[in-house]
Amino acid sequence: MTPLLTYVLRLADDNLIVAQRLGELIASMPDLEEDIAVANIGLDHLGQARNFYHYASELDPDGRDEDQFAMERSEREFLNATLVEQPNGDFAQTQVRQFLLDAYQVPLYGAMTASADERLAAIAAKAVKEARYHLERSSAWVVRLGDGTPESFERVSRAVDYLWPYAGDLFHADDVEVELAESGVAVDPATIRPTFNATVAAIFATANLTVPDEAYVRSGGRTGFHTEHLGHLLPEMQSLYRAHPGATW
Amino acid sequence: MSETTTNNQAVDESTDPDLQAEFDARLAADQKVEPRDWMPEKYRKTMIRQIAQHAHSEIIGQQPEGNWITRAPTLKRKAILMAKVQDEAGHGLYLYSAAETLGVSRDELMDMLHTGRQKYSSIFNYPTLSWADMGAVGWLVDGAAITNQVMLTRTSYGPYARAMIRICKEESFHQRQGYEIMLTLCNGTEAQKAMAQDALDRWWWPSLAMFGPPDAESTHTAQSVAWKIKRETNDELRQKFVDMTVPQAEILGLTIPDPDLEWDAEAGHYRFGEIDWDDFWQVVKGNGPCNRERIAHKTKAWDDGAWVRQAAVQHTRRASQASPSENLVLSPSDAGAA
Ligand SMILES: [Fe+2]
Ligand SMILES: [Fe+2]
Repeated sequence: MTPLLTYVLRLADDNLIVAQRLGELIASMPDLEEDIAVANIGLDHLGQARNFYHYASELDPDGRDEDQFAMERSEREFLNATLVEQPNGDFAQTQVRQFLLDAYQVPLYGAMTASADERLAAIAAKAVKEARYHLERSSAWVVRLGDGTPESFERVSRAVDYLWPYAGDLFHADDVEVELAESGVAVDPATIRPTFNATVAAIFATANLTVPDEAYVRSGGRTGFHTEHLGHLLPEMQSLYRAHPGATW
Repeated sequence: MSETTTNNQAVDESTDPDLQAEFDARLAADQKVEPRDWMPEKYRKTMIRQIAQHAHSEIIGQQPEGNWITRAPTLKRKAILMAKVQDEAGHGLYLYSAAETLGVSRDELMDMLHTGRQKYSSIFNYPTLSWADMGAVGWLVDGAAITNQVMLTRTSYGPYARAMIRICKEESFHQRQGYEIMLTLCNGTEAQKAMAQDALDRWWWPSLAMFGPPDAESTHTAQSVAWKIKRETNDELRQKFVDMTVPQAEILGLTIPDPDLEWDAEAGHYRFGEIDWDDFWQVVKGNGPCNRERIAHKTKAWDDGAWVRQAAVQHTRRASQASPSENLVLSPSDAGAA
């Protein structure tokens, strides 16, 4: 795989896997408005994933389509960050996972709109608007939970502690990003980390939460070294497709 | 929310003849009844029951289709299905709002659903066992729903009629998407065709039963027609649905599971077999394949969310004390429920 294809698949996979997680939650949220929101946000991520897969398809020497990328790859071939595959847990865990992803995607897509690669710039231009809306929503929930009841504070704090090491994986760059960033195509995650940190610091302060000083990062997602959770998510997602090889749906 | 549900209807059991005459005249002139208008208490109760039942159906209806979101066979189908389930939740929202104009709160309605005092459409008590059910549900269940609901866009209660106009547009879209899934399966492999036939076999009769008991036995139909809540009877609507659907099944190359089905050229209608009403009533009474699961799922989601709703209320209270303009809350619909 060329570095560009690898990069595009990393972007696509983050979105597909989080969309899959959000899809699990439909009809299970605390109220009707949240049921609608979770579907809405899930759909945005799924749409972003598909846009990246369509581009990946053009770059792929085998010309795999979006469904082949989604349904025919194994756990070791998925390139999403470990954050997005983490289980939904309780509502606090879902919202914190979303918030950390949103706080990363807003500056990511923002910077990508200036990419030397026009396709990436175009996809990012649409995605950044969605990401901003997602961030507004997830931030509001982090604040509400942090500044809500003792129970909600306890739950949201636990979620932050649990998810923090996985959030670091979003920023784990290897030669793929670094080289593509030098040619102006990719966004070097190091350049957007300060914005992410500032968003987290501001929202956590309002939410009475402490930013963890935990330095450990559970990285590896970008090269297919995942947590055990992905190995449960994929078989479910791929079951029907794989049961009928070659069928049209 | 409970604060917003002031009782804006003057509940007047002692029917004032002038008001009653005004109400009757409004119906006779095909004018809408609006929330501020006087209405007979029985009309109000019937309207609440019907709109709430409809809203609950939209909400519970998310479950059987939500069941396949994580396993949709392609990303495009996943997106379409997610959007559909989201639409259904949106329908629930418009309908609860319409019911609220009659002086009942969403919390009360939720509670009636959870405790079984209000019903939802029995069709959602059947399981979705294969992907083809996503086709059959869209084609048949949304199809039956539209047949019913087109009439409701002209129903006498204004807020309900207006909600139904929005809803019907989306339902007909769902119906076409469902049919398109069936068509794709029927043009597919043998296994896919078999899947489609099996889905039709399982969903056909429950879909016919969706129109409710025969007119002769329906306790609500006559009054509802008189009040212009309903404009066609259960049997008329059921016939319309059968006439519309049988030719579609033929295009698909599927067999409708009814040996008595035949075209009556003289009448211009399809004649169809007897619906198993015992089975229907069993499901209504709570003994369908999924009744318990549906309510258990809904109640669990609600109970698990209690701490979230409490947190939202608590935060809003604190934020509005600090500075009213800094109120971050988007929509804790059920403030106070928790
Ligand atoms: Fe609906
Ligand atoms: Fe629908």
